[in-house]
Amino acid sequence: MTRLFGEPVPRREDPRLLTGQGRYLDDLGQGALAAAFVRSPHAHAGIVDIDLSAAIDVEGLVAVYTWEDLPERVGAPLPLLIPHPALTHGRTAYPLARDVVRHVGEPVVMVVARDRYVAEDVCSLIRVDYEVRKPVVGVPEAAAGAHLVHEDVPGNVGAHLVQEVPAADGRSAAQAVEDAPHRLTFRLGIERSASMPLEGRGVYARWDADDRSLRVYSSTQTSTSVRMALAARFGLPLPSVEVIAPDVGGGFGVKIVHPWPEEVLVPWAAMLLGREVKWAEDRREHFVSSAHERAQEQTVRVGFDDEGRVLGLDVTILHDHGAYTPYGIIVPIITSTQLLGPYRIGAYRVEFSSLYTNTVQVTPYRGAGRPQGVFCMERTMDRIAAHLGLDRTTVRAANFIQPGEFPYDQGLIFQDGRPLIYDSGNYPESLRLLKELIGWDDFPARRAEAAREGRRLGIGIGCYVEGTGVGPYEGGHVQVTSDGRVHVSTGLTSQGQGHETVFAQIAATELGVPLERVSVVTGDTRRFGYAVGTFASRAAVMSGNAIALACRKVREKALRIAADALEADPGDLEVADGVVRVAGSPGASIPLATVAVLANPLRYAFDEETGRATQFAAGAGMDRPPVDEGEEPGLEGRDYYSPIRSTYASGMHAAIVETDPDTAEIRILRYAVVHDCGKLINPMIVEGQIHGGVAQGVGGALYERMVYDGHGQLLNASFMDFLMPYATEIPLIETAHLETPSPLNPLGIKGAGEAGVIPVSAVIASAIEDAEGIVIDRMPISPSELFDLRRAPAPG
Amino acid sequence: MKPPPFDYHAPRDLGEALAALAEAGPDGKVLAGGQSLIPLLNMRLAAPARLIDINRVAGLDTLSAGPEGVRAGALARHARVERSAEAAAVQPLLRRALRLVAHPVIRNRGTVVGSLVHADPAAELPAVLALLGGSVRLAAAGGAERDVPAAEFFTGPMESAVRPGELAVSAFFPALPPGSGVSFRELARRHGDYALAGVAVLVTPAAARVACIGVGPVPIVVDVTEQAAAGDWAAAAQAVRERVEPEEDIHASADYRRHLAGVLAGQALRDAAREAETTGVRHHA
Repeated sequence: MTRLFGEPVPRREDPRLLTGQGRYLDDLGQGALAAAFVRSPHAHAGIVDIDLSAAIDVEGLVAVYTWEDLPERVGAPLPLLIPHPALTHGRTAYPLARDVVRHVGEPVVMVVARDRYVAEDVCSLIRVDYEVRKPVVGVPEAAAGAHLVHEDVPGNVGAHLVQEVPAADGRSAAQAVEDAPHRLTFRLGIERSASMPLEGRGVYARWDADDRSLRVYSSTQTSTSVRMALAARFGLPLPSVEVIAPDVGGGFGVKIVHPWPEEVLVPWAAMLLGREVKWAEDRREHFVSSAHERAQEQTVRVGFDDEGRVLGLDVTILHDHGAYTPYGIIVPIITSTQLLGPYRIGAYRVEFSSLYTNTVQVTPYRGAGRPQGVFCMERTMDRIAAHLGLDRTTVRAANFIQPGEFPYDQGLIFQDGRPLIYDSGNYPESLRLLKELIGWDDFPARRAEAAREGRRLGIGIGCYVEGTGVGPYEGGHVQVTSDGRVHVSTGLTSQGQGHETVFAQIAATELGVPLERVSVVTGDTRRFGYAVGTFASRAAVMSGNAIALACRKVREKALRIAADALEADPGDLEVADGVVRVAGSPGASIPLATVAVLANPLRYAFDEETGRATQFAAGAGMDRPPVDEGEEPGLEGRDYYSPIRSTYASGMHAAIVETDPDTAEIRILRYAVVHDCGKLINPMIVEGQIHGGVAQGVGGALYERMVYDGHGQLLNASFMDFLMPYATEIPLIETAHLETPSPLNPLGIKGAGEAGVIPVSAVIASAIEDAEGIVIDRMPISPSELFDLRRAPAPG
Repeated sequence: MKPPPFDYHAPRDLGEALAALAEAGPDGKVLAGGQSLIPLLNMRLAAPARLIDINRVAGLDTLSAGPEGVRAGALARHARVERSAEAAAVQPLLRRALRLVAHPVIRNRGTVVGSLVHADPAAELPAVLALLGGSVRLAAAGGAERDVPAAEFFTGPMESAVRPGELAVSAFFPALPPGSGVSFRELARRHGDYALAGVAVLVTPAAARVACIGVGPVPIVVDVTEQAAAGDWAAAAQAVRERVEPEEDIHASADYRRHLAGVLAGQALRDAAREAETTGVRHHA
C-alpha cells in the first residue's frame, strides 16, 4: 500500500494560498452591487421611526430595505438551529430588526448601492429614531433580572439544565461533597473573546432569471445547510439553489451559525433586483454583529479525600448568552459535560443557567465551552493540591480514568444527544510524556536558580478530554476518470485546515494511486449535496472515514472489472501506483485509467482510450448486458460515515511562565503539549492545528477580552484595542504525540482541530499562581491586573 | 469601512501644496504616510473635505545629520531615519525610539514629521523631540516659516501647534552632547502596540531628563538632574511617578501606569548613566 496515511505530506493548498492565488469571498463578484447595513448604535432600544428622506437622492443608490419591506417568510425570525428541551425560552433575531434592537450592531436597514463607498454614505444619511431602554450587560445584571432583554423571558433565563451523576452508593453529589474529608467552595470567571477569523463573513449571490436558479457564495462552515435554509425561506426547489464556500479565511466556529441575516438578505435582494449583490463584512461589523463566546461565572463545591480523589463535585454555571440563541445551548452543554476531563469523579452535579444580555450573541468559538469547563476542573485540581500540600500532577494522576477502564461511561448526555462514553485513551502515559517534555520534576531547581537572579518563575499544567467527530454523518464521493485522475468530493467545508491534503492522503492510500492524481473538492453543493459542516473537530473523523469507505467501494469495483479483464480472481489482485496487477505476476496488469474506461460502456468513442469501451470493441460476453445488474456505469463510489457517538481525543499541556517582579509583565518561557488524537493522518498538519489552537488560547489567557461598558457599547471593537496576539507573543510550542486509536471508526482517528486552545487559560493561570503565590481565579489576566492582585490584601 | 467623499489634491511642489492648504483652511488635512489618517478616514472618525497628499512634493524627502543635530524632512519615513547610520551617530535615541514604533511595514510608510504632528501622547517620537528640546518647522503660503520648540508644539492629546493652512516641513532633533547617554524603555501589551507607559531618558554631564509617554495628555518631561547627580535612582523614579498624569483605560489602571513609568524611568536612567560614563556612546548606536 502506498505509504501516505500518517506521513507529514506538505500541505497541497499552501502554494496557492501563500502566493495570493486563493479566491476568498471578496475576490469574487467584482461587478456586483454592494450591500451595507445601518446597525443599531444602542444596546437596547425601541425603533420609533426610520427616515430615509436624506438618503434616497444619493447617486448610485439602488435600494433600501427595512423589516417592513421583507415578505413574510424572508422577514421571519432566523431559525433556532438546535432546539433543546431545556431551552424553554429560545429567541432569535429577525433578519432586520423589527420594533426592538437588543445589541449594538444589530442590523436595522439594508442598503444596496453601486459600490460599498456609496452604500456606506447612504447608511450615514439614514436617520433612525430610537427610544432607548435600559440595557442588561454582564452576568450579574442578567442574573439580577431587574431589567429584561426579552420582555417575555422572565429573569433573562433562556435555558436551565441540571445533570447529575450520583455516587455509586446512590448519594447525591451535594451529599458526597458534604460527607468528604475535605471540602472547598470557590468562584471562577472567564471573560468573552471571539472566533475573530481574519476574513469576516461574506455573501455574494447571483440570480439566473432565465433558468430561475440561485447561486450563492458564502464564507460559511456549512454550505449544504445554508442551501436548505435559503431554499426553504425563498420557496425555491432545492435543485435550483447552489451554495458554494470558496476559500474561507478562517471560521473557528462563528461561520457555522447560519443563515446569518446577511445570508438571507443578500440573495433575496439579488433575486428581487435581478442583479448580482455582494456583502463582505468589515472588521467593525464582525466585532459587533457576529458572535462571541466564553463568558461564564462558575461556583464550585468540591469534596475530596486525603489523596486528592474527588468524591463529590457540584458546579453551578451562569452562562452569558448575549441577545439571542440561534445555536441553542451547545456551548454550556459542552462546558457541563467536558468539564469532567480525564477524571473519574465520585459524584457530579452540574447546573447551568443561560442568561440573555444586551450584547452580541454567543455561539461556539473553537473549543466551544470546553476552555471554560477545563478551567473549572483544572483550577479545582490545583486547589485540591494546594489544600493537601500535594504535587499538582499527583492529584491529577490519583483521579485519572485508567487505560483498562475504556469504554468509560461518564453518565451524562453529550452535545450530540448521545451518552458521554469515552472510547479510548491513555491518560497516565500522557502525563508521563508531558512531565518528561517540560521537565516537571527538575523545575524546582530551575525556579531556585532563577530566584537567585531575582527572577520569578512558575510552572502550570492542564488536562482535557475533547469529544470530537460528532454526527450525524458526512459523505464522500470518489470518481476515477478515464485519464486515471481521482476526484474526491465531500460536502463539508474547509477554512484552511488542510483538507485538500489529508483527504487526498486517505484516497491515495486506499486506492493505491499517487497523491498527485487525487484532487479534492469541499463545500460545493454542486458536487456533494449531503453534509453537515465543519465544526467540533469533526472533518477528519467524519469525511475522512466517509471518503475511505467510498474509496473501498471504488477499489472493490475496480478489482471486479480488472479481474474480468485479466481473467484472474479479484482476491489475487493488488493496486499500487495506479495499476491493478495480479500479485506475484508483474506482467498481468491493467492501469486504473483503463479500468475506468471499461467501467463505462460507450457507444461513441472520442479518443483512442475510450474506443476500447465501445460496442464493437472486445469486451463482455454476449450473454450479459453491458452494465451488469446491480452495477452502475463509471468507476465511482459514494459512501457515508455515521458514528454511533463521538470519539474522545485528549491532551495535556504544561507551561513555564516568568512574571516580572517590577513591571508585572507575564512571559511564557516554555509551552509543552502532549496530544492524543488517535491515528495521525498527517502529523505536520496536526501540529499546525495545535500551534494555531495554542496561539488562540494564549490570546484568551493573556490578551483578548470584549470590553463592554455599562451602556452595552463594545469599547475595543478594533484590532488596535482587541489584543489578538501576534506571532511575537506566542512561545515556541513543543509537542509530543500519543496514538491511542479510536475503536469507533475504520481509520481509528479522532479530531484535532480544537485541541490546542482548550486548556491554555487553565495552564497559564496555574503557572502564574505558582510563580506568584496568588490565587488566580479569573482569566484573562493582564499585567495591570496582576499588579492590582499583588497589592490586594490577602483573602481571609 | 470606506471613507466619506473628499476632494483629493496631489501637489508637485511646496508652493502648490501650501496654496492648497491655505485654500482648504480648517477643512484640509495633510496626507503623508497615512498610517494614522487612513484608518481614521475609513472608520469615518475623521471626515476632512480636502486631502492634500504631499507624497509627490519635491524637496520634502530629506534627512540631514550634522554636528548640531538631525533634521528630517516631512517625507522622511521612519525606516529611513531608523537605518541612517549618520543620524544614529549624531543622535542615537532616534534609532532606539524608532525601533519601538509599530511594525516594519508601518515604519516603511509612516513619517517622522507625521508622527509629531499627529501628537499621540502614547507615541515615541513626540517624547524624543520633547526630551531633546527639538523643534518643528512650519511653513505657510506666502513663504512664512516658523520654528516651534517642542515645549510649545504639543498642546494636547492629538493636538499640535500646527495652524490651519500650515505644513510641517521638517523636524529638528539636537545632537547628543559629548559624555552623555540616552535610553528608551517602554512596555506595550503586544509587540509594536502603543505603550502602556514608556520613557525616553537623556543623561548629560550637566543634566538628566525623562520624557514619559502614555501617562499624560502630552509627553511629560521631568527634570531629575538633582537626583541623578546623587545617583539616587529611586528618588528619580519617585519624581517621575509624582509628575505623570496617567488615566485609566481598558488596558491598564492609572495606578499601574504611574508605577510603570517610575520602574521604567529607573531602569532607563541607569542605562543612560552607564552609557554616559563610557564615552564610546556612538559605537553603541
